Amino acid sequence: MHGYDLIVIGGGPAGLAAALAARAGGLREILIVERDIELGGILNQCIHAGFGLEYFKEELTGPEYAGRFIRLLRETDIEVALDSMVVEITPELLVRVIGRDGERTLAAKSIILATGCRERARGPLGIAGTRPAGVITAGTAQRYVNIEGYMPGKCVVILGSGDVGLIMARRLTLEGAKVLACVEIMPKAGGLPRNIVQCLYDYKIPLYLSHCITEICGEKRVEQVRVARVDENRKPIAGSEFAIACDTVLLSVGLIPENELAQAAGIGIDGENIETATPGVFVCGNALHVHDIVDKVTAEAQRAGAAAAAYVKNGGAS
Amino acid sequence: METICTVCPKSCNLSVDDRGAVTGNLCPRGETYGRNERLHPVRVLSSTVRVSGAIHHRCPVKTNFPIPKNEIFDAMRLLDDIELIAPVLEGAEVVGPWVTTREMAGA
Repeated sequence: MHGYDLIVIGGGPAGLAAALAARAGGLREILIVERDIELGGILNQCIHAGFGLEYFKEELTGPEYAGRFIRLLRETDIEVALDSMVVEITPELLVRVIGRDGERTLAAKSIILATGCRERARGPLGIAGTRPAGVITAGTAQRYVNIEGYMPGKCVVILGSGDVGLIMARRLTLEGAKVLACVEIMPKAGGLPRNIVQCLYDYKIPLYLSHCITEICGEKRVEQVRVARVDENRKPIAGSEFAIACDTVLLSVGLIPENELAQAAGIGIDGENIETATPGVFVCGNALHVHDIVDKVTAEAQRAGAAAAAYVKNGGAS
Repeated sequence: METICTVCPKSCNLSVDDRGAVTGNLCPRGETYGRNERLHPVRVLSSTVRVSGAIHHRCPVKTNFPIPKNEIFDAMRLLDDIELIAPVLEGAEVVGPWVTTREMAGA
C-alpha cells in the first residue's frame, strides 16, 4: 500500500498551514483531503474583512486570507484530493477516503486532523414551538448568501450573539432584509465588541441582552418568535414576554469541534494539545478548540505541521 | 464621544474629544479610526457580485478603501447590475470602489 509521510484531513486554514509547515519541516509526500470542491474551508464564505492583522499585519477578507495559503501551496507538490471525504481513520494510521474515484484506503506515517468545527443547531436548545421552515444556523445562511447567492428570508431574528450571527445581521441588512433583533440569553454579547459596533449599532439593530426565544411559531414557515427577559438563572421572567413577527430565525449559539473521526477510532483529544493520545496523530485549528481569530489557527497549525515532520523524521518517536 | 474601535479584535474603548484627539487606543490605527469616527465615519464594505462560468455563481468583493458610512447603501446598489465572467483575478476592479477578493478559475 502506498504510504504518505503525512495525510492532512481538511483543507481550510488549519490544514493549509499545517501542510505547508510539514513541508518546510522536510516531509516529502503530503496529501490534503478536502471534502468541498475547493480549498479554503469556511474562509471562502467569510467575505468580510478582519482577518490577518496578526499574521500578515494587514486586514484581509476570508477569501484573501485563504488565497495567500492556496497560492503558497500551488508552488509545492503537496497533493490535494478535493471532493473527497475521510470516513475512517485507525490508530494504525490508515485513512479511508471516499472521493470521485470511489473508495480507497491510504497508509500514513502521520495524520493531522484539521476538520474544523460545526455550529450548534436547534435541537440542543430545546426551544418550544412548531418546526417550520426558516430556522437555520448563521453559518448556513452565510453560505446561502455569500457562495450560492440566495437570501434565506426577509424579516430576520438572530438568536445568540456569536460573531457569525453578528456578521450575518449586517450582511442580510445590506442585501435588503430587515434584521429585527439579536437576542442573547447572557448579560453580555458573545461576539467581539468590534462586531457589535460595526454589525449591529451601525445598522441600528436592537440587541436584547438577558433575553431568550421562548417559542418559535408558524405552520409551514416561521411567522413569529416569542421573546422574554430572563432572570439570573437564565429562566424566562413571567410577564416579560413579547412577540416579534419574522420569517427567519438564525441561530448563532456556539461552535463545536468536529472530532467524529478521532472519536470513532478511540483517539483521545484533550482540547488543548496538538498531540492526540495516539502517536503520530495530531490535531489543530477549530477541531482542537474553537478559535476567535484565524491568525491563531494558522500559528497552531504550523506547530502541528512541524510536530508531524519531527515525528516522522525521528522514525515515529515524538 | 465614547466609541469602540473596530480596526482589530482587541476592540479598544476610545474617547474622542471635539477636536478629534483620541485616547484609549493601543495602536496608531486606533487613533485614525477614532478621529474619523468623530469627524467623518468610514467603513470597508464587503459583498458579492454575480459571476458566470466559475464553480460558484457569486464572487466576493470589497471596497478597496474605506467609504463614508452614509454612502454604504449607494455603494451596494452599484453592484446590482454587474456580472463578471470567469476567469476572475483577485484584486480586479469591478465598479466604483469595488474590487474582487478572490480569483475564480473558469469552470
